[in-house]
Amino acid sequence: MIGTGAAMLSDSAPVLQPLAPASGVFAYLWVLLALPLFGAAVLLLGGRRTNRWGPYLGCLTVITAAAYAIALLVSMMALPADERAIGQSLYSWVAVGSFQAEFALQLDQLSMVFVLLITIVGSLIHVYSLGYMEHDVDRRKFFGYLNLFIAAMLLLVLADNYLLLYVGWEGVGLASYLLIGFWQFKPSAAAAAKKAFVMNRIGDVGLSLAIMLIFVTFGTVAFDSVFAQAGQASETTLTWIGLLLLLAACGKSAQFPLQAWLLDAMEGPTPVSALIHAATMVTAGVYLIVRSGAIFDGTAVALTVVAIVGVITMFLGAIIGSAKDDIKKALAGSTMSQIGYMIIAAGLGPIGYVFAIFHLLTHGVFKANLFLGAGSVIHGMDGQQDMRRYGALRTAMVVTWLTFMCGYLAIIGIPPFSGFFSKDDIIHAAFEKNWIIGVCGVLAAGITGFYMTRMIIMTFFGKARWEDDVHPHESKPVMTIPLIILGIGSLFTGAALVYWGDIVGWLEPVTGLQEEPLAIPTIALEGITLTVVLIGVAIAIAKYRSTVPVEPPPGNLLTVAARNSLYDDAINDALVVQPTYALSRGFVTVDDRVIDGTVEGSASLVGGVSRRLRLVQTGFARSYALLMVAGAILVAVVLVVVRLS
Amino acid sequence: MNEMMPTPEIDYLPLLPMIIVAAAAVIGVIVEAFAPRRARRPLQLVLAFGSLIGAFAALVWQSGVRSTEVEGAVVIDGPSVILQGIVLLLAIVAALLISERTLDPAGDAFAPRASALPGSEDERQFTSRGYLQTEVWPLFLFSVLGMMLFPAANNLLVMFVALEVMSLPLYLLAGMARRRRLLSQEAALKYFILGAFSSAFFLFGSALTYGYAGTIQFSGIAEALTAQPGRSALLVGGLALIGVGMLFKIGAVPFHQWVPDVYQGSPSPITAFMAAAVKVAAIGALLRVLYVAFGGIRWDWQFMLWVIAGLTMLVGSIVAISQSDIKRMLAYSSIAQAGFILVGVSAASQAGLDASLFYLIAYGFTTMGTFAVVSLVRDSTGEATKISQWAGLGRKSPVLATCFAIFMLALAGIPLTSGFVGKFLVFEAALAADAIVVVLIGVLASIIAAFFYVRVIVVMFFSDPPEDGPSVVIPSAATTLALAISVAVTVILGVLPQPVLDLIEQAGVFLG
Repeated sequence: MIGTGAAMLSDSAPVLQPLAPASGVFAYLWVLLALPLFGAAVLLLGGRRTNRWGPYLGCLTVITAAAYAIALLVSMMALPADERAIGQSLYSWVAVGSFQAEFALQLDQLSMVFVLLITIVGSLIHVYSLGYMEHDVDRRKFFGYLNLFIAAMLLLVLADNYLLLYVGWEGVGLASYLLIGFWQFKPSAAAAAKKAFVMNRIGDVGLSLAIMLIFVTFGTVAFDSVFAQAGQASETTLTWIGLLLLLAACGKSAQFPLQAWLLDAMEGPTPVSALIHAATMVTAGVYLIVRSGAIFDGTAVALTVVAIVGVITMFLGAIIGSAKDDIKKALAGSTMSQIGYMIIAAGLGPIGYVFAIFHLLTHGVFKANLFLGAGSVIHGMDGQQDMRRYGALRTAMVVTWLTFMCGYLAIIGIPPFSGFFSKDDIIHAAFEKNWIIGVCGVLAAGITGFYMTRMIIMTFFGKARWEDDVHPHESKPVMTIPLIILGIGSLFTGAALVYWGDIVGWLEPVTGLQEEPLAIPTIALEGITLTVVLIGVAIAIAKYRSTVPVEPPPGNLLTVAARNSLYDDAINDALVVQPTYALSRGFVTVDDRVIDGTVEGSASLVGGVSRRLRLVQTGFARSYALLMVAGAILVAVVLVVVRLS
Repeated sequence: MNEMMPTPEIDYLPLLPMIIVAAAAVIGVIVEAFAPRRARRPLQLVLAFGSLIGAFAALVWQSGVRSTEVEGAVVIDGPSVILQGIVLLLAIVAALLISERTLDPAGDAFAPRASALPGSEDERQFTSRGYLQTEVWPLFLFSVLGMMLFPAANNLLVMFVALEVMSLPLYLLAGMARRRRLLSQEAALKYFILGAFSSAFFLFGSALTYGYAGTIQFSGIAEALTAQPGRSALLVGGLALIGVGMLFKIGAVPFHQWVPDVYQGSPSPITAFMAAAVKVAAIGALLRVLYVAFGGIRWDWQFMLWVIAGLTMLVGSIVAISQSDIKRMLAYSSIAQAGFILVGVSAASQAGLDASLFYLIAYGFTTMGTFAVVSLVRDSTGEATKISQWAGLGRKSPVLATCFAIFMLALAGIPLTSGFVGKFLVFEAALAADAIVVVLIGVLASIIAAFFYVRVIVVMFFSDPPEDGPSVVIPSAATTLALAISVAVTVILGVLPQPVLDLIEQAGVFLG
């Protein structure tokens, strides 16, 4: 496959694999989607009857899906490398004239790793939620939404065309808003859900425009036909498609300038933050870009913009993560930053696609670990999320502490733990392409070391700064066992994928051929990166070793800005929200208030019939009619202008 | 026109659906005049549902016929069959809503005697005696008849007659609300005055077009366009004025200002009927006029439609944001939706026709559903239409709130709802016609629109219910059925749109 593929296509383009029909164990591919969807349907439609056993059913469907996914992986590994892409068409969804969109699934090497991440991490988080949400009256609904999310996310990665991907894309969004707003009694949660919805809509518009442009350009939206023709389209067209896809990715993956919703999304229950806003959904943007590699290969401009967006977000997230005192918001900043790394890798082109996915996988595991650890701490601290109120928890919560340390070592990239392999690969590839990006990657790794160490010290070390009536305790086994599994995963996923799984070779048929071995000596670069990380760690230790004040100190300009998430809300408000409202109010003044301003109050006007009718006759209807005349003139003028031109 | 009018040869079978509805409407008037008061309602219900279902059955039976009837005055072709079918189905759902009488403790949604002055002694007496009026039904059936004829008319005169048959009963129905009668009467009067005004535009446009083409037949106008392709003020003027008359009925900007007032003031079942069915009929007629009669100068009107569609989508979406009344918000939403349909119409292609028809089906049923829900959320003074009053509805009545959320998501164009497929098809058709700017405006408008649709969902599910909030009345089987049909169509057309798409595709083209 590699030989013939490379001969047919330009050497760096992704090799197109023919889709084999689904047979054997693959024939039941649709079951992957059907299982969580069934769970969601039973839980959400079943009502109170399912309260008692519903959550267990919710877990069971996802665990079964995970088991099936593993069976699929084993079968796929037994196939030759060029026959691993499986297609299954379920039914013809929309077919009008030349436009065809099948409800069809595609399982290839890239989808496979996502399916595994979603179902396995998803299973662990479901089990953990059994403990975390134990006392919540609405936990049946919670598991229903979680199942709905899993189904939508699986559809997103299994779709074989852009339109079906869009369905999954909106589906995960919907589940995400439902879960962000799950604790509706908090007004901030409702506001956060709305914000996430609106900001994501902007990204979604990018995706829908991209799909339309793809259809107009290629006459189809199916992945295989689009990618086969990608080389024939003009570079301008590809650039536009690429930029629109990037806009979509920015919305879903909380990248600059659509990053503001992710911090607010932390209003949702912590398992949600772990599953949706760290491990899976927010990486959908990375999936979209890597999946569309064939399009981005034809447009250096779009790729460059992708990389720039990645760099900006990587720093934004890291800076915000360094200043937040809320443990979940600090982790959210970190998530933005780490996805920034992935976007950078995707922006490097074929050389980086594999590393983007590699980092996505390791990040999915260690960030889920960190979030669930944070959730365990919050659970033990009676809902307190302010790290200034933590301290000295390592003795009170031993399992949580140890597993959190696993995630810590993984994210800052201490060898031989996960982040070391995946992050260094990205930095390395960046140096190959553009040394500036490489330097940025190294610097951000240093900041990562700083904010993660800060988090560890403030939470687990130092003096106890607990509030008076708080008695921290270790969580139940139903929560700690998933933590232990994820902790072990954090430590070894990276090494396992490199040495045992051959992630690069596995993804090569989808993402394209790797280029020549890197020119810069690996050891030297690793040494430099590690040194910078350790400097970050050292600064954090020096700064937070002594007492941490309960009230945040004044701080310098950058700290204050970072505590306010670099004023993203204020900026959005000034640039988007206020102008829109002003515009609407302006229209209303013309349309509503002046012309029929008394309608609102007219219900109370029981008397005064004649006065009202006179007003209607002499005032308002006339001005409506006047506008109609103006409109008629407009229509006539437009017609005449078109005639004359 | 000629000195000798030939006696028309009429094949009655293809016209049977319209004849059934017309006959039922006339019989309904006779029932009002002669039947004892107590027997009227059951008789009218039998007449209305019987005729609508019968007409639909006749339509299905005769659906293979493609012909022009009555000396070319009426045309039965694929699109007209589809449009009549949609009108009939929507009318059945609307009839279910109109027949509801358990929501208001005082009776149904209509004033006991529309002639009584609001707040007068007469009115109090009629109400306390529990009078209910049944004149609504024949009026409703006449309006349905007009809607069926409107898109099937094959010349300007028949089209004008159909327009008036459709509109006149609606002017009356709009003024008959039991609650907030002043608002209702004001709405009716405005609707009537402005409607008459727009009819005058249409009529004047027809006269100018006759002056240009020497005929009022659509096929004749099309022939005249090819025979004498020169520029003519008569032609442009005629097209513009006819366009204004129809765009008024559709509620396109800048002919939209009656829409919020009328939708807010009318009884909710009538609002549902107007918002859904009038739009279907008017868009159908507009499609026929533009595609059949003026198809030869599509370059002239296409640009005009782009401007109107762009304006309509933007103004509708933007103004809807700051509405605090749910019916007014839905009214502006329906203005915006009209803009999206016009994008499909402006494509001037078969794809545009198919997309517009599909959008009409999707929009029609979703809209019915939204107003059905509005009629159920009530407090002591009638419907609770302040959006702030809807806070926490999701906790009090999760099923109803979920239905409404589905409608909102469909109107916002979220996938797996009918609205998504509809929007996608019209935008795609417009892109194929190189209307990139309009599509961009449309997508922009749909982001803005998503904001206010979602706001309602957020209010319903994520806000605390107010102390003295409205309650949700348990509806009778009729409204429940209407709601269930609307939800089912909204979801099925999103998940499995293909059968309907096939149906539309088979229906084919307009007969010239």
